[in-house]
Amino acid sequence: MIRSVPRSRWFNGLYLAYLVAFFLYLALPLVVTAAFAFNDAPFPSLPWKGATLDWFIADGSEGRTGFFHDSGLLAALWVSVKIAFWVTLVSVALGCGNAVLFERLDFRGKEFLYLLLLLPLVIPGVILGVSILVFYSGMANEVARAWAVELDLFRPGTPLVVMGQVSFITTLSTLVIAARLRKFNPQLEEAALNLGATPLVAWFTVTLPWLLPAIFGAAAMAFLMSFENFNTTVMLTGSDTPLTVALFNRLREGSTPVLNAAALVLMVASALLAALVLRRGSGSNA
Amino acid sequence: MRSTGKLSLWLLLTPFALWIVLLVLLPHVQMLRVSFQVRESWDTLAFGVEQYRNFFTESYYWRTFLRTGVMSLFTTLITLLIAFPVAWYIARLARGRAKGWLFLACLVPFWASELVRTYGWMILLRESGLFSAALQGLGWVDGPVEMLYNDVAVIVGLVYNGLLFMVVPLVTTLEGMDDNLVEAGYDLGGGHVTVMREIVVPWAMPGIVSGCIVVFMLTLGSYLTPILMGGKDSAWFTGQIFTQFITRFNWEQGAALGVLLLVLSSLIVWLGLKLTGQSLRKVMG
Repeated sequence: MIRSVPRSRWFNGLYLAYLVAFFLYLALPLVVTAAFAFNDAPFPSLPWKGATLDWFIADGSEGRTGFFHDSGLLAALWVSVKIAFWVTLVSVALGCGNAVLFERLDFRGKEFLYLLLLLPLVIPGVILGVSILVFYSGMANEVARAWAVELDLFRPGTPLVVMGQVSFITTLSTLVIAARLRKFNPQLEEAALNLGATPLVAWFTVTLPWLLPAIFGAAAMAFLMSFENFNTTVMLTGSDTPLTVALFNRLREGSTPVLNAAALVLMVASALLAALVLRRGSGSNA
Repeated sequence: MRSTGKLSLWLLLTPFALWIVLLVLLPHVQMLRVSFQVRESWDTLAFGVEQYRNFFTESYYWRTFLRTGVMSLFTTLITLLIAFPVAWYIARLARGRAKGWLFLACLVPFWASELVRTYGWMILLRESGLFSAALQGLGWVDGPVEMLYNDVAVIVGLVYNGLLFMVVPLVTTLEGMDDNLVEAGYDLGGGHVTVMREIVVPWAMPGIVSGCIVVFMLTLGSYLTPILMGGKDSAWFTGQIFTQFITRFNWEQGAALGVLLLVLSSLIVWLGLKLTGQSLRKVMG
């Protein structure tokens, strides 16, 4: 089972076959989705009718509307980007603060608060969404009834989606940043203080640059998770639906290759983002 | 120095407290409260357990609840069994670049959203899909075969969604294991099964538990995959919660169902930690 323990040949062969089957299983759905974005047929299934870029760029004049001319999906894409931007900003800022709080400070009840920090990881996403809907939208209803004031901020819509996603993405960004902070040598900061820096200056010139790779990593992760989230988002979205929910609604009406095109664009964009972070991460660790 | 310490503590504690109280604790307390409210007329509410009584008397609710729980456990187990050999290979047998590439290959599908992954499976499994066409091409079947809209399809999709979250913690824990431990096991006369049971599994336990918890939570709380890939009879509990809130505007019933799902998930996570002697901090932090 390990390199130094001999294994029989048929065991090795079987193991290899299993691994190949596993990676095929991983790749197949994505490859198929991507391939049918180029099929010159109105329905994403066999037979293959030749390659076309219509499902990306057709402008609707010949009965086909490609993803880049589909105003509904493009509007949804923009909503997703806005949500992901705010979620990234808020959850990474909170994550930095939380990481310092739990890694560098000692206070009473720290263990308990750390468990609270982990709590969102063991709550199903749908429940996080539902509870925020009940609390804030219910509050908006009460306020409207009692004082006739409309709190549109707390009605289902973009702000509520941001709140729902921040509730659990903050935990993840905290864990990413805290893991890096744990490896930091506090003597570096002490040296800066001894050399006359104020704590604030030491933080910004010594600690923060050390944390930057983790902060970028956490930001990219937060952006991706927000962009792709469905379970929390679907409970909180209003009339301005983000892309995953819009695609879901389209899919329930029936699938067209435009969905494949949108899926491929999403995959490529997130792969680029992830590659950028991996590159940065490996560059600065060296 | 002491006062600046106090000051920074409060400066950092405040945003943490605001986040956890406003976005996690208060909403859940309110959900619990609403689940015990019974609407007497259009603007009066009373305390009551009617929503919970509905859950136990309407077999549709509790049957779906049990089904969701059992299928989630089953999915978690299958994910563990499929992921373990792969994680073992990446952590112990692959070397150098191959190791990095294989690990990356496990990550790639998860840069696509759950919707994209589910959609891919739909294209493969449905009546006009690729598998059906392949079987017809091989001459094994006469007409199109529908492989979508049943429980097996749902589990295939759910396992696919959970794999990464199982592989990563397993690889992390298995990497830390010393080859000497395994060798010692064999030297002392243990067979494959004994070494696996007495050395490898206990060592990998934190990774197994953390992977299982995450996969179980994801599966139990998933909505997309069971709705899109399941058939008429394969209702998922989250689907019922969604129906109560969004379609029927029955928040009280929806809140009760939400509380029940939360209780089920917390109970199973707690049981899993207790049975394996792990702590949440160790497996998640």
